[in-house]
Amino acid sequence: MGGRILLVEDEANIVEALGFILSRDGWEVRGHGNGNSALDEIERLKPDIVVLDVMLPGRSGLDILRDLRGAPDTAELPVLMLTAKGQSRDRDLAMSLGADAFLTKPFSNAELVATVRDLSARIGASGGR
Amino acid sequence: MTDPDTSRRDRLTGTRIRDRRMAAGIKQADLAARAGISASYLNLIEHNRRRIGGKLLIALARALDVEPSVLNDGADATLRAALNAAAGPSDPGAASAGPAPETDRVDELATRFPGWTALIAGQQARIEDLHADLEALRDRLSHDPKLADAMHEILSSAAAIRSTAEILAGEAELDPAWRTRFHRNLHEEAQRLSDRATGLVAQFETPLGSDSVIRPVDRVEAAFDAAGHHFPAIEAGGAAAVPQVLAALGPLDAAGADLAAIWLATYAKDAARLPLAELEARLGAAGGDPAALLAGDMPRAALILRRLACLPSRSDRAPFGLAIVDGAGGLVFRRRADGFTLPRLGARCPRWPVYRALTRPGQPEDAVVSVPGLGLFRTWSVAEPVAHLGFGLAPMAQATMLVRKLAEADAATGAGAIEVGPDCPVCRAAPGLP
Repeated sequence: MGGRILLVEDEANIVEALGFILSRDGWEVRGHGNGNSALDEIERLKPDIVVLDVMLPGRSGLDILRDLRGAPDTAELPVLMLTAKGQSRDRDLAMSLGADAFLTKPFSNAELVATVRDLSARIGASGGR
Repeated sequence: MTDPDTSRRDRLTGTRIRDRRMAAGIKQADLAARAGISASYLNLIEHNRRRIGGKLLIALARALDVEPSVLNDGADATLRAALNAAAGPSDPGAASAGPAPETDRVDELATRFPGWTALIAGQQARIEDLHADLEALRDRLSHDPKLADAMHEILSSAAAIRSTAEILAGEAELDPAWRTRFHRNLHEEAQRLSDRATGLVAQFETPLGSDSVIRPVDRVEAAFDAAGHHFPAIEAGGAAAVPQVLAALGPLDAAGADLAAIWLATYAKDAARLPLAELEARLGAAGGDPAALLAGDMPRAALILRRLACLPSRSDRAPFGLAIVDGAGGLVFRRRADGFTLPRLGARCPRWPVYRALTRPGQPEDAVVSVPGLGLFRTWSVAEPVAHLGFGLAPMAQATMLVRKLAEADAATGAGAIEVGPDCPVCRAAPGLP
C-alpha cells in the first residue's frame, strides 16, 4: 500500500518535479499552493507525510506547523520542512516548533528521496518502495 | 625595577633622533651645534648609548622641529593600538600561519618605517570597517523580511531548476510528454530566476545614503563594539572629552556622527552620575552580583544596568550585554556579548524579560533565559518612565536589560529558565496569536 504525501509548496514547477520523483518512489503525491487553506487540505486528505515550504502565500509554513503540532490529530504527523539556504533562523524556528526533518533549497532529488524514506522508516509509515 | 617597555623606549629615543635628523637632511655636527653639545656626544645618544631627557631632549626636538614626545614616546597611542590590533589575529586559526608579529618592537617599526606603519594602521582600520559591514549584512540577511523573501524566491527557483534538470538528465526512458513538460518548466523557471536575481541585485545596488545596506546605526554600533563600549577619556574627562572620542571612533557619515554624539553624551552623563571607581567598589562589595547592587540603589536601577555594560574589559570577568527598548518594543540600544543579541530588524521574541519589565515599570527582575543553540543567560531588567505625557496619562516607559552568559557549570540554574526564541514570526508558546 502506497503512502500519501502532501506537498504544501506554491512554486508549481517544484511541485511538478518533486511530485514526479516521489511518485516514482511509490508515493501518492498531491500538491497544495496556499498557506491559508493548507490545514483544511491536510484534514481532508489525511496524508502520511507533509512536505511543507516555509514561505507560502497567505500563511507561513511555520504558522501551519505550529497549528499542526497544537492539534491532537496532527501533533504526530511527520513534517518535512523546506527552508532556504542561509536562513538558519527558519531552521531554528522549525526545529523548536517540532519539524521532523529539513531540506535546504536547493537540494538534490536523491536527498529528497532519502529524507522521505528515512522519515517513513522512522515513523513506521507505510510509504512506497 | 625598570619596566622593560620603558627601558626599550629610552633606548630607542636615540634611534628616533637619528632617523629624524637624517630625514631632515641635517648633518650630525650641525644638529649637535644647534643643541649645544659635541658631535661625538650626539653620536653616543643616536646609538642609544647615552640616556637623554630634560632640556637636551627639548633642545634637540626644537632643532628637529618636532614635539619632544615624538622623540621620547615613539608611536602615539592610537597608532600603537591600531598596530597591536593588526597583530592580534581576528581569526584564532590564523595565528599559526607564519611567525608571530614582534609586538614588543612596535615603536621601532613606527620610527623606522613610518610609511609602512601608516599603511598597516590604515589597512587595519579598513578591515575593521569591512567586518562591521559584514556583520550588518549578516544581520540584514537574517532579519530583513524583504530580503529574506527575495532570497527564498531565488533559492526556490534554483530548487525547481535543479530537480527538473536532474530528472531530464537522469531519466533515459522519460515519457516524451513529460520530457516536453519539464523542458517547458525549465525554460519558465530560468526566466523567473533571471528576473528574481536582477531584483535582488537592485536591492544591493541601492547607493549608500538614503536607504543604505549599511545603516549609520550599524556603523556606530560597530565602533562602540570595537571600543568594548568603554571610553576611558570620557570616564576621566567627562562630557568635554566627547568630541575627542567621537573623532577617534573612525569615519562616520553625518547621521552616524549625530547618533554617536548622542550615545556618547548619554555615556558621559551616566559616568558623571555613577563614576567608574564608585561602580567598581560597589560591585565588589556586592560580590559581583548586579541584583545585590540594584537592591541597594533602586531609584538608579536603569543607570546601574547601563553602567555595568560599560565596565572596562578584564580577563577575570565576562562582558555584559545590554538591550534598551522603548515602549513600542523598538530596540533603542544594544551591546552584543557572548552570543547575546536582539535583532535590530524584524520581530523579536516577546518572552525576553526586557519586554515583561515594560509592563511593570520600577520593578526590577532577575531571570535566567534559555536561547536555542546559545545556552543560558542571566538577565537583570527594569523599566522606568522616560517622559511624562500629561496629567492622567501613563508615562512613556523604556526598559533596560543587562545580560550575562552563564557558564556550563551554572547549568543547574537553567531548571526554571524562560525559553526565548530567535525571533517572533510564530511561537508554540503563544498558539492564540494570529
